[in-house]
Amino acid sequence: MPEKAGPGRLAVRKTYKLFIGGAFPRSESGRSYVVTDAKGRFVANAARASRKDARDAVVAARKAFPGWSGRTAYNRGQILYRVAEMLEGRRDQFIAELRGTGLPKPQATAEVDAAVDRWVWYAGWADKLAAVAGSANPVSGPFFNFSTPEPTGVVAAVAPDSPLLGLVSVVAPAIVSGNTAVVVASEPAPLPAITLAEVLATSDLPGGVINILTGHRAELAPWLATHMDVNAVDLAGAAPEDVPDLEDKAAGNLKRVLRPDGADWTAEPGTARMTAFLETKTVWHPVGV
Amino acid sequence: MASKSTIFEYAPAPESRAVVDIRASYGLFVDGEFTDGHGEPFKSINPADESVLADIACADETDVDRAVSAARTAFDKVWGPMPGRERAKYLYRIARIIQERSRELAVLESIDNGKPIRESRDVDVPLVAAWFFYYAGWADKLRHAGFGADPKPVGVAGQVIPWNFPLLMLAWKIAPALACGNTVVLKPAETTPLTALLFADICRQAELPPGVVNIITGAGETGRALVRHRGIDKIAFTGSTEVGRQIARSVAGTDKKLTLELGGKAANIVFDDAALDQAVEGIVNGIFFNQGHVCCAGSRLLVQESVAEDVLERLKTRMATLRVGDPLDKNTDVGAINSAAQLAKIEEFSAAGEEEGATRWSPPCDLPAQGFWFAPTIFTGVAQSHRIAREEIFGPVLSVLTFRTPEEAVTKANNTPYGLSAGIWTEKGSQILWTAQRLRAGVVWANTFNKFDPASPFGGYKESGFGREGGRHGLEAYLNA
Repeated sequence: MPEKAGPGRLAVRKTYKLFIGGAFPRSESGRSYVVTDAKGRFVANAARASRKDARDAVVAARKAFPGWSGRTAYNRGQILYRVAEMLEGRRDQFIAELRGTGLPKPQATAEVDAAVDRWVWYAGWADKLAAVAGSANPVSGPFFNFSTPEPTGVVAAVAPDSPLLGLVSVVAPAIVSGNTAVVVASEPAPLPAITLAEVLATSDLPGGVINILTGHRAELAPWLATHMDVNAVDLAGAAPEDVPDLEDKAAGNLKRVLRPDGADWTAEPGTARMTAFLETKTVWHPVGV
Repeated sequence: MASKSTIFEYAPAPESRAVVDIRASYGLFVDGEFTDGHGEPFKSINPADESVLADIACADETDVDRAVSAARTAFDKVWGPMPGRERAKYLYRIARIIQERSRELAVLESIDNGKPIRESRDVDVPLVAAWFFYYAGWADKLRHAGFGADPKPVGVAGQVIPWNFPLLMLAWKIAPALACGNTVVLKPAETTPLTALLFADICRQAELPPGVVNIITGAGETGRALVRHRGIDKIAFTGSTEVGRQIARSVAGTDKKLTLELGGKAANIVFDDAALDQAVEGIVNGIFFNQGHVCCAGSRLLVQESVAEDVLERLKTRMATLRVGDPLDKNTDVGAINSAAQLAKIEEFSAAGEEEGATRWSPPCDLPAQGFWFAPTIFTGVAQSHRIAREEIFGPVLSVLTFRTPEEAVTKANNTPYGLSAGIWTEKGSQILWTAQRLRAGVVWANTFNKFDPASPFGGYKESGFGREGGRHGLEAYLNA
């Protein structure tokens, strides 16, 4: 993150911490790791989250789940749109932050714009998903029978290395339907994720709906994959060689697993990343007088 | 009232077995032919009298390989390229033949499985025909199903099904797979292979191209070989959560698609304003239907404290009228437990229930001397920590718990790693919807229970598995968007 230092003035740097339960704690482990820019120069010490931090994040996500999933779809859509508004307002800051990761200005600008638009795209889905993924079912008998999509629960995601757009593309579809999320940010470029947390924290998004960890993916992902209170894992940013082991661990409590598929984050997303973390609930009731 | 009812005395009314012709031995149905297996053959027995029904071939790895190859060839050469409208007509044919041979299928199912003929005749077999009829209609309409403009079949599906609804589970698996253009290798459970093998004959009567449906018999080893086979593109499994976990592990790191329909420990919630007699019928249907061998059985009764005594009294009165015995008797309500192993498991759980302090009750009922039998049983004074409240028993054993507030009912109902189904009994519409919204279960029956339909998606939350069977949703597992 470039600092605006003038003559005679030393810039005030930001401490990059974790984002758990709506707060910004340091890693309980007291550990950090050095984040460098594209030329290898020191940029910041990012928090290196531990197993305990991952577990705290899951606790926060679980705690936030009933409230978030219980909100109306309209309200969730408004909050996602609010995130887009807040992000748009800090466009220049994010462009500068992405340039710090090595992106030239045009690409950095394009990625920030696409990230804003991605929030807008998913915001609009909140109150339309049920119409597309649900149904009234004509069963052979005197029953009213309908199916509605419902959130799976707590989704743990390993974000891809596209530090802002990839992160948004993984998190937004998970939470729009009412899931709560724990996401491990890009390991080499974690800082935009924590700056995004500042946007989330000022967007009326309840604390705990999105929790962001920075650190070593290979260290954190297995704890999330084995965690018995996580319902689903998104392995978008997991190293290919780690995927079999993470899937194996996820089988412990039969987590839903979204395998990495080499997604192009700039393309318009379909519905697959939303439906991957939905359950279909079917309700029957007799018809009669 | 615990005394045996004398109002209903029924003369025996056995369904004739003459309609079925059980052969002395059965081979594997591979590439349209019955062939020998290379494993050690095993016997299928009648759980109602322990008589041997037939010798069944056992598929080993080479047989599995042969079946998968046949399915692959049929997929590449015949079934995959076939226009959907033609596939549809094969499935309609199969549905019609099932209807034509319904009596034969029902009797054979009851003989091999132990379920009452009333259920196999009125529930299982009609639903089997309906499932094929329903998915037949999708075969030429897949691009309208919401899975992309040009969805493609996945390829070869390996399907492993349980013994509780042998033919119905076969239909749930095969009908959508074929409609979407896949070919299948299906393994029925080792204790109930006969109706699947009869289904193979139905495929022949329908002139289904060889290799589109392959039925291989065997036990766990055969299932493992099928699931691990590299030529399988998609695995569909219905059975225990433990085996489901093993299968999920075995597909880790592969490209195989997976759907799992696993165990359950459903709460059946009775609020104080429920129509109590109706609720009691639902409780009985929920736990004693199919001897409780139902993954979505209402095995935990949560009854509001203010009506608990009343409900229990009515329930016991009703249970005293249940007729347990010959599955082929048209008056039988509760048939035989499917196997000695399952009976031992139910007995072990019931003993654990007593040891942990719950109170056991069964109506007086005479059980036949031969075969595997277990009287309808309820446990009262059950705590959430008891094994009988936490683990799936898969038998006619009901655990009764109470609650005071709707919030407490929901909390207790959701206090399980499972999430397959749930029941709600109340006359208040808003309370039904409030409760249904909060239950973490894939199927919620309100003022009814254990209803199934091909148009209705079915499947679990959490450790009850993932994916849905039935309805438009059921196509997803068999399509690549």
